Amino acid sequence: MVDASTRQKLFGTPETNFLNCTKGWKSWAFTLDHKRIGIMYLIGVTIALFLAGVFALVLRSHLFTFDSKMLTDDMYNQMFTLHGAVMVFSFIIPSIPAALGNIVLPMMLGAKDVAFPRMNLASFYLWIIGTGCLLAAILSGKGLDTGWTFYTPYSIDTNTGVIYATFGAFILGFSSIFTGLNFLVTVNTMRAKNQGWFKLPLFVWSLYATAIIQVLATPVLGITLLMLIAEKTLHIGIFDPKYGGDPVLFQHFFWFYSHPAVYIMILPAMGVISELISVYSQKRIFGYSFIAFSSVAIALLGFLVWGHHMFTSGQSLVVTLIFSAITFTVAIPSAVKVFNWLATLYKGSILLNTPMCYALSFIFLFGIGGLTGLFLGALSTDIHLHDTYFVVAHFHFVMVGGTLTALLGGVFHWWPKIWGRMYNDFLGRVGCFLVFSGFNLTFFPQFVMGSRGMPRRYASYDPEFQIFHQLSTVGAFVLGLGILLSFVVLVYSALRGPRCSSNPFRAASLEWQSSSPPDFHNFIHTPVLTDPYDFETQVYDEELDTYIPREFANPDKVAPRKEPVHH
Amino acid sequence: MAVADSHDTHDDHHDLHDHGEFIAHHFDSAEQQFDSGKLGIWLFLVTEILFFSGLFVAYTLYRTNHPEVFEQAHVFLNKYLGGLNTIVLLFSSLTMALGVRAAQLGRNKNCSIYILITMVCATMFLGVKAVEYSHKWDMGILVRSAFNLTYTHPTPTTEIGKALHISDYLVYLCVVPALLLAGFIVASVISKLINKGTLAKFMIAMAITVSGYFLGVCVGIIFMNATEGETGSTHASVIAEQPLMLLASTQDDHAEGDHDDHDKAAAASNHEGEHSDHEEHFGSHPADGGEASFDAHHPDPSTLSRDVGIFFSIYYCMTGLHAIHIIAGIIALAWLYWRSLLGHWRTDYFGPVDYVGLYWHLVDLIWIYLFPLLYLID
Ligand code: HEM
Ligand SMILES: [Cu+2]
Repeated sequence: MVDASTRQKLFGTPETNFLNCTKGWKSWAFTLDHKRIGIMYLIGVTIALFLAGVFALVLRSHLFTFDSKMLTDDMYNQMFTLHGAVMVFSFIIPSIPAALGNIVLPMMLGAKDVAFPRMNLASFYLWIIGTGCLLAAILSGKGLDTGWTFYTPYSIDTNTGVIYATFGAFILGFSSIFTGLNFLVTVNTMRAKNQGWFKLPLFVWSLYATAIIQVLATPVLGITLLMLIAEKTLHIGIFDPKYGGDPVLFQHFFWFYSHPAVYIMILPAMGVISELISVYSQKRIFGYSFIAFSSVAIALLGFLVWGHHMFTSGQSLVVTLIFSAITFTVAIPSAVKVFNWLATLYKGSILLNTPMCYALSFIFLFGIGGLTGLFLGALSTDIHLHDTYFVVAHFHFVMVGGTLTALLGGVFHWWPKIWGRMYNDFLGRVGCFLVFSGFNLTFFPQFVMGSRGMPRRYASYDPEFQIFHQLSTVGAFVLGLGILLSFVVLVYSALRGPRCSSNPFRAASLEWQSSSPPDFHNFIHTPVLTDPYDFETQVYDEELDTYIPREFANPDKVAPRKEPVHH
Repeated sequence: MAVADSHDTHDDHHDLHDHGEFIAHHFDSAEQQFDSGKLGIWLFLVTEILFFSGLFVAYTLYRTNHPEVFEQAHVFLNKYLGGLNTIVLLFSSLTMALGVRAAQLGRNKNCSIYILITMVCATMFLGVKAVEYSHKWDMGILVRSAFNLTYTHPTPTTEIGKALHISDYLVYLCVVPALLLAGFIVASVISKLINKGTLAKFMIAMAITVSGYFLGVCVGIIFMNATEGETGSTHASVIAEQPLMLLASTQDDHAEGDHDDHDKAAAASNHEGEHSDHEEHFGSHPADGGEASFDAHHPDPSTLSRDVGIFFSIYYCMTGLHAIHIIAGIIALAWLYWRSLLGHWRTDYFGPVDYVGLYWHLVDLIWIYLFPLLYLID
C-alpha cells in the first residue's frame, strides 16, 4: 500500500472524483460525463432486467404443470412477448456496450470522454423513451402478443399494441446507433498518444466490432419497423399478403438486423472475458491478434447468415444451403476465441475470485450455446429442431450464459474502479455459483425437451414433458436468487464496502491508472502508456499501483520481478 | 515502448493547449475535434444510406417480380416536375458547396448568403413536391389499400381552393408554411423593434426561406399545366361523366370488397387468393367505358394491375422519407445561417458547415437515385 503523502506527490489524490464533484439530480440528468452516463445506463438496464426477469418467472411458474390455469393463453402470449422484447431491446443490447463500455472505453484509451458526449447523453434519453414506448404497450391495456420478432402477417392483424412496441424498438435502435457511432469515432480519434491499434485492450476491439454492427445493421431494423407501422396504419401492401405484399420479406429484413444483433450482444461479452481471463491469470493473452481479428470477422460474417432463421420459411434450397454453409464458418472465429482463452489459462496464476468465476462460467456456457448453434445451422437437424425448446435453450445459453454472465463478471471486475470500494468476494462467488447452477438447471432440460419435440411459445404441453418443465422452473428461481444476491452484494459494497486501492487486481490496462473512483477528467496525470497484457516484462510499481514499462521504473522503488501475485 | 509524458503533474489541462473558443474540453486540439466530427458525419451518412436501403431493396424486389406494375405506374409521375426538382436540388448542392468554401475562408457574410440560397432551393423543392402530391391525391392515386384512380379532380371546397382553382389538398399543404411565414414576418418586425438586429435578420431570412415554398408551388403549378394540364383536364371531364368507382376499399380489409361497386357478375369471377395473379386488374370496367379517351399518360384504370398501388406505396414511402430529410436539412441549415450571422466561422473552425454540407449532398444524392428509379421507368 502506498501511503497517502507519497500518492499526494505523485498523483495529487483528488479530493473530488466524478461521483462527488458536482451534486444534485441535475448534475446527473444533464451530465455529459461518460462515467455518469454509463452508471445511469447500468441502473436502467438493471431495471429492465428485473422487469423482464419477473415476466420470465411468471412464465416459468405457469409452466410448472402441463395443464396450468395460472395464465390464460392470451396472457401467456403477452407475457413471453414482453419478456423477450424487453430483454432483447432494452436490456441485453445496451447492457455491456452502453453501460460498462461507456464507463471503461474512454479510460482504456486514456481519453477524457467519448468523442460526442452530448450524443452519448441523447442515447441514454432515447433508451428511456424507447423503453417507455415498449412498456406503453402494456400500460395502454392492449399488451403485445407477437413475440419479440413481430412477424408479419400476424403483427399486422393483431389488435395488441404493436405500434407502441415497434416504435419503441425503433427509438431504441437509434439509441444503439448513437452509442456505436460514438465508440467508432472515439476509438479512431481519441486514443492515447502512440497507442496503436495493437496496443488496445481486446475489450476495445470487441466494442469496435460491435459498433460496426450497430451502425450497419440497426438502420435496417429502423426502416423495417417504420414500414411495419405504415403497413399497419395505411396498409401499403409491402408486407401484407392481403394487399399483394410479401410477409417473408419482413422476416428477411428483420433477421438481416437481428442476426447481427446477436453479435451485438455477444461480442462485447467476449471482450470482457478476454480482459478477465488475462488479468486473473496474470498472463499475456494468448493470440492477441487472433482474438482481435476474430471479433471483426464475426462482425462481418454475421451479416451473411440471417437466412438460418428462415430455413423452414420456404426460401429456395440454394439460398438455404449457402446460409447453412456460412453459418458454419461463423462458428470458426468464435471457436478461435475460446481456444485462445483456454490457452491463456494454461500455466497462468489463476485467481478464482468472483469475476474470474463468471469468466470461467462464460467459457463453459458459451461453449454449449455455440455448439448447439451448429446443430441448428445444419439443415437436416434444424427442420426438426426449429421452433422447439431446443432453439430456446440455444439462445439462452448464448445470451444469458454468455452475455449476462460476462456482464456480471465485468461489473464485478470494474466495480471497485467505479466506486472505490471492494465487495465481499465470498458472497460474490456464492452468487456466481447460484447463477451458474440455476442457469444450467433451467435451460439444460430445455435441450432435452426440444429435441423430443416440445414446441416453443405454447401455454400448455403434453404431460410427458412435465418433469423437464418443473426442473426448468426450479432452476429459474435459483437463477433469479443468484442474480438478486449479486445485486445486493454489489449495491452494499458501493455504499458500505471497504475502500480499496486504485488497482486492486493488478491489471495493466490504462483505466487502472486512474484513482478509484476516477477524477472527473479520468486521469489526473497523463497515463503512462502500457501494454495491457504484459505482466512479465513490465514491472509493477507499488508506489504508482500500476504496471509500467521496465525502462520507466525507478529501480529503488520497484518491487523485484515478482512471483505470481495471486499465490 | 512509446510512452506519453509520465510524471508531470499538470493539474490544469486547459493551459496546455490553445483551446479555442469552440473546442470542447475533452479534445486536445482543433484538429482532433474536426477529425472526430468528420468521421462522425461520414458514419452517420452510412447509417442514412442503410436506412434508405430497406426501401431500395423493397423497390428492387417488387420491380423484378412485377415489372409490369412499374411500367403501368410510372406514367402517373410527371417527369418534368421531377426533373425540375432534380435541377433545383443540384443547384442547391452547388450553393452548399460554395457556402462550405466561404466558411473555410472565414467569409461569414458570403457563407450566410449561400446558405440562404440553399434553404430557398430546399423549400422550393418541397413546394413542387406538394403540387405533385396534391395532384395525385386528387386523382385517387394513393397507397395500395386506398388506391382509387378516378382522374376526376374533385372541385375545391375551400375558399382559397375555389378562388385560385387549386386542389383542396394543396391548400392544406400550404397551411403550415403560411403560418410559419406569418410567424417569421411578425418575429422579424418585433426583433427590429426591440433592437435585436441579428435576430431580425435571421427572421427575415427564415421568411424568405419559407417563401421559397410558395415559389415552388407556383412554379410547380405552371409546369404541371404546361405539361399535362389541358389534356389532363379534358380526360378528367370525359371520365367524370361516368365516374369509375374503382377499388373502393379504403376502410374494408376484404379484397372482395374491391369489386362491390362494379359489375357484380364480373366481380364474381375474381376471388381473394388470386392476388399473386397479376393478370388480375382493378375492376371490370364496363365495355362502354371505352368512350372515355385514354392514352399513354392516362391509361384506362380497368387495365391496370391491382398492384399499381404498391408502386405508389413505395413511391410515397421513399419520397416522404426523403422529404423528411429535406426538412431536417433545412433546420440544420437555419442553425448554420444563425451562426454565420454571429460570425463564428474561421479558417481554423468551420466544421459544422462542412458536416451539414456533407449531409445535404447525401440528401441530394438520394434524390438523384430516386428520380430515375421512380420517374424514368421505360
Ligand atoms: C456460435 C455460433 C452460432 C450459431 C451457429 C447459431 C445458430 C443459430 C441458428 C441456426 C438459429 C436458428 C434456429 C431456428 O430458429 O431454427 C439460431 C437461433 C438463435 N440464436 Fe444462434 N447461433 C450462434 C450463436 C448465437 C449467439 C452468440 C447468440 C446471442 C448472443 C444467438 C442467439 C440466437 C437467438 C436469439 C436465436 C433465436 C431467435 C428466435 O427465433 O427467437 N446465437 N442460432
Ligand atoms: Cu442467427
